[in-house]
Amino acid sequence: MSLPAQKDEPVSRFPAPSQPEKAKVISLKQALPNNFDFKALGMTLLANTVPPLVVVLVLLAVWQVAFSHPGSSLPPPSEVWAQSWDLIIDPFFVYGTQDIGLGLRVLVSLERVAYGFGLAAICGVLVGAIIGQSVWMMRGLDPLFQVLRTVPPLAWLPISLAAFMDSRPSAIFVIFITAIWPVLINTAVGIRNIPQDYRNVAQVLRLNQVEFFFKIMIPAAAPYIFSGLRIGVGLSWLAIVAAEMLTGGVGIGFFIWDAWNSSRLTDIIVALVYIGLVGFVLDKLVSFIGAIVTRGTTA
Amino acid sequence: MASYLKLDHIGKTFTRGAQKSEVLRDINLSIDKGEYVSIIGHSGCGKSTLLNLIAGLTEVSSGGVLLENKEVSAPGPDRAVVFQNHSLLPWLTVYDNVKLAVNKVFANRSGAERHDWIMENLSLVQMAHAKDKRPGEISGGMKQRVGIARALAMEPKILLLDEPFGALDALTRAHLQDQMMEIHARLGNTMIMITHDVDEAVLLSDRIVMMTNGPAATIGEVLEVPLERPRKRVDLASDRMYLKCREAVLKFLYERHRFVEAA
Repeated sequence: MSLPAQKDEPVSRFPAPSQPEKAKVISLKQALPNNFDFKALGMTLLANTVPPLVVVLVLLAVWQVAFSHPGSSLPPPSEVWAQSWDLIIDPFFVYGTQDIGLGLRVLVSLERVAYGFGLAAICGVLVGAIIGQSVWMMRGLDPLFQVLRTVPPLAWLPISLAAFMDSRPSAIFVIFITAIWPVLINTAVGIRNIPQDYRNVAQVLRLNQVEFFFKIMIPAAAPYIFSGLRIGVGLSWLAIVAAEMLTGGVGIGFFIWDAWNSSRLTDIIVALVYIGLVGFVLDKLVSFIGAIVTRGTTA
Repeated sequence: MASYLKLDHIGKTFTRGAQKSEVLRDINLSIDKGEYVSIIGHSGCGKSTLLNLIAGLTEVSSGGVLLENKEVSAPGPDRAVVFQNHSLLPWLTVYDNVKLAVNKVFANRSGAERHDWIMENLSLVQMAHAKDKRPGEISGGMKQRVGIARALAMEPKILLLDEPFGALDALTRAHLQDQMMEIHARLGNTMIMITHDVDEAVLLSDRIVMMTNGPAATIGEVLEVPLERPRKRVDLASDRMYLKCREAVLKFLYERHRFVEAA
């Protein structure tokens, strides 16, 4: 009785699939589900959140001390809190068409960024793919792009205002023209770096241009494309604030300009914090999507 | 005479700027259907170039490759390649890697038929259990097996193997060689394998094509391996015919056409 039971044991421990006898495949042991260590997780969380919090508190204290004396040029944190607390505690109030919470203003700006950046992402990847694939296209277009990409975002504004004769599409165009270069150039580099092996596979399979684009090029260049998108989204957030200052509307950029004109310095400081946080979130969002999409590509 | 694959006076010269280098000169070879042919030679002798020429990945400078009496000059699934470094697409699972090939080659079959065909080929190389794994999650030997499954799934007229086991450790290599012999016995594919391993060449091949050293390398000698199949590596270790074949290849490589540094 005991002998067959012993014989059976190794089979049940290594759940190898039924296979012909001749070629034995040694299946690796399944990785044990690692026990979730809440204590270690808590410690890591603390180790990562405490240092930045301490730094912020110290900086706030320094700021408070430096600007507390009467007649200082900038308001200290306590004054920001006292004067602009309505902006801080409720980001989504609506008191009138021009008097809305900062959260809503950010959303208006984000909508513009979405249009401009979305267009830049699509065009950047397409044109980048063409340049990456064709040596002649690259030779023809690369010098032009290298010059154009150094033009500062706001320098495009007057010309786009003249072309579109409206502030809304002009602002979107400025975002587009700012964000497209890193996407385009990174995509081109990514595609130029596709290993010859993958191209050989595509050739043996006789993939056509469209199949090659979606099945080989985009996945293979995805890590490059996403680092371009990440730089692009940061640049578009930089550009939108500047563009809105000049074009008006209800975006966060115009709010700062408006607050400056009515000497509400504390409101500007709150708006700056908003812009910084939103930019941070945008960056993390793109890098998060990139991490999901490109998982496995670096194997 | 109608041979299955015919290499007819093939030559290859690479041109870079004004510099010309002749890699292969006047290669003539006929291969029958179902034959297992190995090409052996020192590194740099143009073995891989020859395979790429047959695959159509590189264009011939002179001569031609004839498959069933038709000239082939572009790559295609009738000459599937198993690449040395497996060349699986890392963002696709094992199943999807084979599926990419099957969907392309058998576009006219139904979804269920294609699924069965993918699974059949994965089972053939004993990789069906890992079908949902990505290439990064499996070992080198497993990757190469999937590469073989992908090539077999195209139902190629000729299977081209570019040092398929070169990057593997000795034990895994022996195991895969046994599997390769089994697959060859079962499916009767025509196979051309590049190798620099003398034992591997003698064990697997019906004929061994020995290349001279480059530049302008050509076929130095073709050795018939008259060993009966199925072959067992352990029995062969002391087989007289096996040792004779082995000696012939070694003599060719190390006495008559010794590797010349910076040749």
